[in-house]
Formats: sequence, C-alpha cells, structure tokens
Amino acid sequence: MFGIISHKLVASTAGGSPGQPILRAAVLAMMSNYSTATKQIMVREALNSALDEEMAADPTVFLMGEEVGEYEGAYKVRFVNSPLTPVSKGLLRKYGPQRVVDTPITEAIDHIINSAAKTNYMSAGNINVPIVFRGPNGPAAGVGAQHSQISSHWYSSCPGLKVLAPYSSEDARGLLKTAIRDPDPVVFLENELLYGESFPVSDEVLDSSFCLPIGKAKIEKEGKDVTITAFSRMVGYALKAAEILEKEDLEAEVINLRSIRPLDRSLINNSVRKTNRLVTVEEGFPQHGVGAEICASVVEENFNYLDAPVERISGADAPMPYAANLERLALPQVEDVVRAARRACYRSVPTATTA
Amino acid sequence: MALSTHRTTTALLRHLTPAVSYLRHISTDSTSTITVETSVPFTGHKIEPPSRSVDTTAQELMSFFRDMALMRRMEIAADSLYKAKLIRGFCHLYDGQEAVAVGMEAAITRKDCIITAYRDHCIFLGRGGTLLESFSELMGRKDGCSKGKGGSMHFYKKEGGFYGGHGIVGAQIPLGCGLAFAQKYKNDENVTFTLYGDGAANQGQLFEALNMAALWDLPAILVCENNHYGMGTAEWRAAKSPAYYKRGDYVPGLKVDGMDALAVKQACRFAKEHALKNGPIILEMDTYRYHGHSMSDPGSTYRTRDEISGVRQERDPIERVRKLLLAYDIANEKELKDIEKEARKQVDEAIAKAKESPLPEPSELFTNVYVKGYGVESFGADRKEIRAALP
Repeated sequence: MFGIISHKLVASTAGGSPGQPILRAAVLAMMSNYSTATKQIMVREALNSALDEEMAADPTVFLMGEEVGEYEGAYKVRFVNSPLTPVSKGLLRKYGPQRVVDTPITEAIDHIINSAAKTNYMSAGNINVPIVFRGPNGPAAGVGAQHSQISSHWYSSCPGLKVLAPYSSEDARGLLKTAIRDPDPVVFLENELLYGESFPVSDEVLDSSFCLPIGKAKIEKEGKDVTITAFSRMVGYALKAAEILEKEDLEAEVINLRSIRPLDRSLINNSVRKTNRLVTVEEGFPQHGVGAEICASVVEENFNYLDAPVERISGADAPMPYAANLERLALPQVEDVVRAARRACYRSVPTATTA
Repeated sequence: MALSTHRTTTALLRHLTPAVSYLRHISTDSTSTITVETSVPFTGHKIEPPSRSVDTTAQELMSFFRDMALMRRMEIAADSLYKAKLIRGFCHLYDGQEAVAVGMEAAITRKDCIITAYRDHCIFLGRGGTLLESFSELMGRKDGCSKGKGGSMHFYKKEGGFYGGHGIVGAQIPLGCGLAFAQKYKNDENVTFTLYGDGAANQGQLFEALNMAALWDLPAILVCENNHYGMGTAEWRAAKSPAYYKRGDYVPGLKVDGMDALAVKQACRFAKEHALKNGPIILEMDTYRYHGHSMSDPGSTYRTRDEISGVRQERDPIERVRKLLLAYDIANEKELKDIEKEARKQVDEAIAKAKESPLPEPSELFTNVYVKGYGVESFGADRKEIRAALP
C-alpha cells in the first residue's frame, strides 16, 4: 500500500518574495535540452498533476499531511499575475477525505531514518515501506535559521532511503511519479521558491505514463571546460553562471543531479573525464555535504583526470541569519559559482586567507 | 540506594484470590464451555468494562498452558545462550508476561495486526513464528526470521500479521496507528494491537498518534504492557499519573490483570469490538517481567528479590492456568509435567538445529537495502575492495 506524506521538512510559512532574482528568462534561453516544448507549466502544477495522475491510477495511493486537504497546500503563489495553484489543489475535492487526509501537526525525523529506511533490511525483505516523504526543503527567503535547513545530505547518508531533488517541471513530474510507484521510502525534496517557476514541457512529459528514472542525473547543458554539478534551485544558478562563463570562452557542463541518493556517479565521473575540472554547488552546509561526497567519488575514481582541485560552493557554515544582506552572504550566488569555475580553470587565484 | 518498594510490592501482590471460584467435575468433551471468573474485575475509564466471567474450553486452556510453557522455555534458554555469548547485543526477555501474548491471540485472528517494541520473541511465536526461526535469528544465522540481519529486536512476520520488532522506544506506536489507518482505508474489519511499555507511555509521539487515531476513528488498540519498570525506573518515578489506562483522556481505557490469560482474552475481544465501531481504546495490562530490562540488567538493583519471587509465587500466568486445569480435571500433574518436558525438548531441538544454521553469506550485507535497487552501487568498508550492485 502506497502513501505519500507531505511532511513539511521545513515548517511552513507561505514563501515568495519580490526580491528574489527571476530566473525564468535564463531558463528559457537554455531550452536546448528540452524536447520539443509545446507548453509551459509551473513546478507546482507539475507536482499537482503528478499526484493527481498517480492517485487516479492506483486506489491504494493516498496523500496525508499538514494542510494538504482543505487548505489545498500551504505554499500558494503570491505573485500578482499568477493563478493560485497550490500543490495539492483540487485533490481533496476529487478524491475525498479518505484519500486526502489533513493531519494535525507533528514532527518526526526518527521515523524516516529508523523506521522507514531500515525496515526492509531488518526484516530481510518481509516488510517494505512504499512511502514518499515530500515537501519543501531548504532556504526560502527571510525565514530564518530554523526554517532554512537543507536535509538532502542527512537523508542521503542513509542506506535504505532514496533521495530526489527536482529542479524543473519535467523533473517534478517525472521524479514524483517514479517516487510514488517506487516500493522503497523516497524523500522528495522540493523547493518552495521553485513552486512558482515555469518551465517548458513536451507532450511526452505531460503524458500520464511519464516517469524519470531514479539514480540518473541530467546534463542540462553540455560543455568541455568545467563540470558544474547542482541540484534543485542551484541548477538555475549554475545555468546562469554557465551563460556568464560562455562570454569568457569557458564552456561549462551543467549537471542536474536529480537524484541525490543514489548518486549518478558514473555520469558525473564521465563528465569530469571530459572536462578535467569540477565545481559542486549546493545550498546546504558544506561539511559532509553532497559536494563532499561528489568530490570524494571523483578523486577516488578519476584522480588522474583532474587538472585542478575540486571546488565546492555551498551555503555558509553558519545558521541562516534573517537580515537580508547577511542572508545573501549565507547562500551561494551566481557570482560565487562563476568565480569557482574560473579558479578551477586557472583563470583566477583564490584570495581568501586562512586564519 | 533507598528502595521504597514495599508499597509497590504489595500493590503487585494484590491479586491473591484464587483463580477458580468454584470447582466442577466436567466431562472430557474438550470444547464444551467452561466459565471462569477473572482474578480481579476490570476497571474502566470512560467505558463500561466487560464482565469478569470469561468463557473458555478445556482445549483452549490446554493450548494456553502449552504455548506459555513453550514461550517460558524459549526465554529461559535465550538467557543461557546469551550468557554463553551465542546471542549478542540486546536481548529483552518476556518471561512473566506470556499471558498477554497468548490471551491476545485467543481473541483475534492472524488478519488482525500486532506491533510491539523489542520484547518481541513471544509475540512472534504467538503469531506463527517457529522456535527455529527465533533461535536462529537470535544467534544471527541465516535461518532466522530476518535471515540473521535483524537480531532480537527485529523479528517480523507479515504473513502472520506481526509487524515487529522495533528498537526505538515508542516508535512502534505511530506505526501501529498507521496499520490501523490502512485497515480502515481498506475497510477490512480488522484491528491493530499496538503494544508498548510503561516507559514508552510518557512519549509525545504516543499522544500525537492517539490524537489522530481518535480523530479518524481508527481501529487501533493501544496496549500498555505495564510491567512497572521502565528499565530501572519504577512507574511512580517516571509518570505523574501511572494509571496508563486513563492517560488517553478522551480515549476510553481498560485496566486488565495481565497475568491472567483469560482476562487478557476477554479484554482484547472487548477492545476489538469497540475499536471496529468506535475507534481507539487503551488497554493497560498489569504484568511483570522476571528478568531485568535486558540481559545486561540484573533486575535486582531497583526491585527486591522478594518482590520478584512474590509475584512468581502468587501471580505466575502458567501456574494460574495449571491450577485451572487441575481444578477442572482437564489434565493431571503428570500430564502437565510432560507437556513442560516436551516444551523443553522442542526448545533444545530447535537450539541444536539453529546452532547448525550457518551465518549469512557476506553478500547478504547488501541485500534488502531496497526492494528495487536498480543495480545501484554500494560499498564495503574499503570501497576499492568491496563493491556491490544493489539488486
């Protein structure tokens, strides 16, 4: 029996702030890897349609979480020109309260790690846990220290879990559908600020059978000079950085990880064998982060192919401050990714002094 | 260390009335009804308790005796195996509490679900697990119910409606309410018994799960196996209100003599009926464990040996059934002793067989991580030496 728990991995405040950089223009310019685009849909629409289709196809799939039912999802768009399409919109009306269940507030990481991740193993396959734990994760805007934590690398260190982080609407649809159909526990890390972003989607993506495989990353933009890995919102930043680097005759290859666990080590390593340089980008804290794992993997597998040390761009190693200028300093910006790529290509010298 | 156990000791020895209130010579028809009074009446919280007259049969009483004798033997043998270092890590023994396992089984079917914490060996047996699976698992061998990969705290049997076997205190409670949610979703007229101890009874997640169960009228029966000690902490030192059957507040509760298998059976049958119609109910089983919390706990630093032997003398669940069987002339002393000898023999045979069971293959380190691993790579301690593709 399948279940989707819309567990708020970051507790709720309706997000979205006018001060955020609009990345839509950059994304549209990078359309080269999208198959014949016929329509634009927002990420939240993509998620909603995926949930709707999977619930229609399998009566044992149900949705349970805070505000998923009557409130139709806690993250509604605030932009004036966009229609209100919260993620679980319309589902309660269509499927009824038995299948779309509002829950009281409750917080529990222990269950994801100790009950969900390990039960199939401890029972030697007798009992599996086909749950998708989905929700927004990571910093939004101005939500402060306790509401900005990214947990991708924590969950990804647990064997038994699968951890997915979509970026585009295509990712959102394909990965969520696969996650719902998967017989193992999947942690599905959405991003609040991406909910309102629109991306072009092909007919293939809109088809109800469209699924993306778990464990496979996507090359968003091909390049030959430096590999940049990113996931979730940072993919947009990496693409923007690639645009800037192009003007300096540096062609970056941007990889959208899509799947944090399992990590697509072979795609990443193949890319580094081609470019010989690597920059990892993530919003989370640096220590023991996703970039650290990717770096280790590449150093172990392809040390001789590296022409420069691996560069890591991540959130600052401090709790997230509230003040807008400090928050900006605490998160990766496009210029950070550009700078790191230049360093990896020996176009600049690092200036930070160590204590 | 001051031990104010006098108060608790007398409380535990309260049930001194004999199990049988009248003697009758019955026919040898083993399925005709015998009506027995429970040792003490039930106490209800926001509910009218069931009658203390329980219907049973000679056959049922014999099966109680047989099953409890087997469970008792299994746990005692596990103690020896642990001391012989054949069982490692944690080992939490259930001897003394057997009446809860057998009484519950008598009231339900294998389609109902049971989930418990780590004191799970006897519940596993009750749900259809075998001695071989149990001992093999305890010794970490491949014929174990979890192929040796779970250990004492992680026995499961989905086909028998047994969902484990959980190490984190209290974590099984929300899981159990989830099982009840699934039962209600599927409309299958089955219930879930979620067992927990007096130690877990103060956990927040219990109340969160109970709130949801009550809100949605789930067929969840929360069973507090109150053996009066959460590890080394007596209930009155841990709970402001150790009346666990009342702690559900808006959820009704029943206090049951957990050392009386018939009382347990009556309460569980009553609870199942209630849960299917009205949603959750709490059962507090007043029970006792002879062993310490686990094999690393002698069990005598926080309670007196007198208390332990007192309970064994006055309230032992197997002795209670033995007295009934003798009083109703269903079996004689020798027959019962033979059953116990047979139990011992079965346990010894199972242990011998389990000892021959090999350790799991090294490749089993990497199996069952996922149901569908997509051939993803996993690594051993030295990732250049050992890699595996997850099936």
